[in-house]
Amino acid sequence: MSVSTPPNPPTTAEARHRLGVALRPRRTRTQAMVGALFVVLGFALATQVRTTAADDGLSTAREEDLVRILDDLGERNDRLAGEIRDLEDVRDELLTGTDQSATAIEEARARAAALGILAGTVPAVGPGVVVTVRDPQGQVDAAALLDAVQELRDAGAEAIQIGSVRVVAQTALLDDDPGSVVVDGRRLEAPYTITAIGDPRTLASALRIPGGVVESLRNVGGDAVVAERDEVEVTAVRPAEDPRYSSPAASR
Amino acid sequence: MIAVLGLVLGILLGVVLEPDVPVWLQPYLPIAVVAALDAVFGALRATLEGIFDDRVFVISFLANVLVAALIVFLGDQLGVGAQLSTGVVVVLAVRIFSNAAAIRRSLFGA
Repeated sequence: MSVSTPPNPPTTAEARHRLGVALRPRRTRTQAMVGALFVVLGFALATQVRTTAADDGLSTAREEDLVRILDDLGERNDRLAGEIRDLEDVRDELLTGTDQSATAIEEARARAAALGILAGTVPAVGPGVVVTVRDPQGQVDAAALLDAVQELRDAGAEAIQIGSVRVVAQTALLDDDPGSVVVDGRRLEAPYTITAIGDPRTLASALRIPGGVVESLRNVGGDAVVAERDEVEVTAVRPAEDPRYSSPAASR
Repeated sequence: MIAVLGLVLGILLGVVLEPDVPVWLQPYLPIAVVAALDAVFGALRATLEGIFDDRVFVISFLANVLVAALIVFLGDQLGVGAQLSTGVVVVLAVRIFSNAAAIRRSLFGA
């Protein structure tokens, strides 16, 4: 502890001499006291240095600091918990979203296949009938064949093919030379083979109904044989045409 | 001489014994050590100026340590312990610096 400054600062020689005197061991009671104090100081110094080096900073922290640290940790914990919740929500959304789009794609595929059969752009297979129309006298005209097609449509035929031509909504049948018709620009000659997919029994009975297609053909000198099959193939396809003028209206 | 011996002995004891600081003492020990260091530097300066007194040193040493600990204790009770600890350390450090400057001037004349 500094005491009041002396009027004259000591010279260097004086100071060094005094230091030498002080370093000389003396045996007085106060000297022993001073020594004891220095032992305590050294002990405390070493202990404190060791404690500071060893501890993690928490054991010596004050109560208020600890409370603040605890608050910080709690806040951080809350924030991270919120982040976990958000990420879990996103994950769930993505999972269900994937499921939904997979279902949507599946539905779209099924729908495209159904529409393709209706539009005649894809081959079709299934139970149905094969009608063979013979025309030995050249009296079966396009109108008679159209009647047969209409009758099959009415009876629920889903895909129809005449010869090698797929019959769709726009199909046109024209008269040509006797014994032949032009279907969608392609010339077909008798006998004509009409393949239709649908319930075989319904289709056959629709054709054979009294006053129906088969009887009318016989009346004009032709003949029609209806064969019910468990599986017939409509292999002819019609290229899909992109509409030039119309576009889909926005669905409701 | 006895001071240097005592200091070395104390440090050796602390290193060898590796005592655990009791929890109630933990906030006060570093402050007390700094206060004691201040007393030591003051004593060294007084020695060089020829006005050192054993009795004054012992009393100032103990008083320094007690006052420093008391201030920190009071600060803890008032809820400003951290700030007061910093203040005490700053004041003691300033005193140590000025004492060290006086010692330097005495010993080396510069």
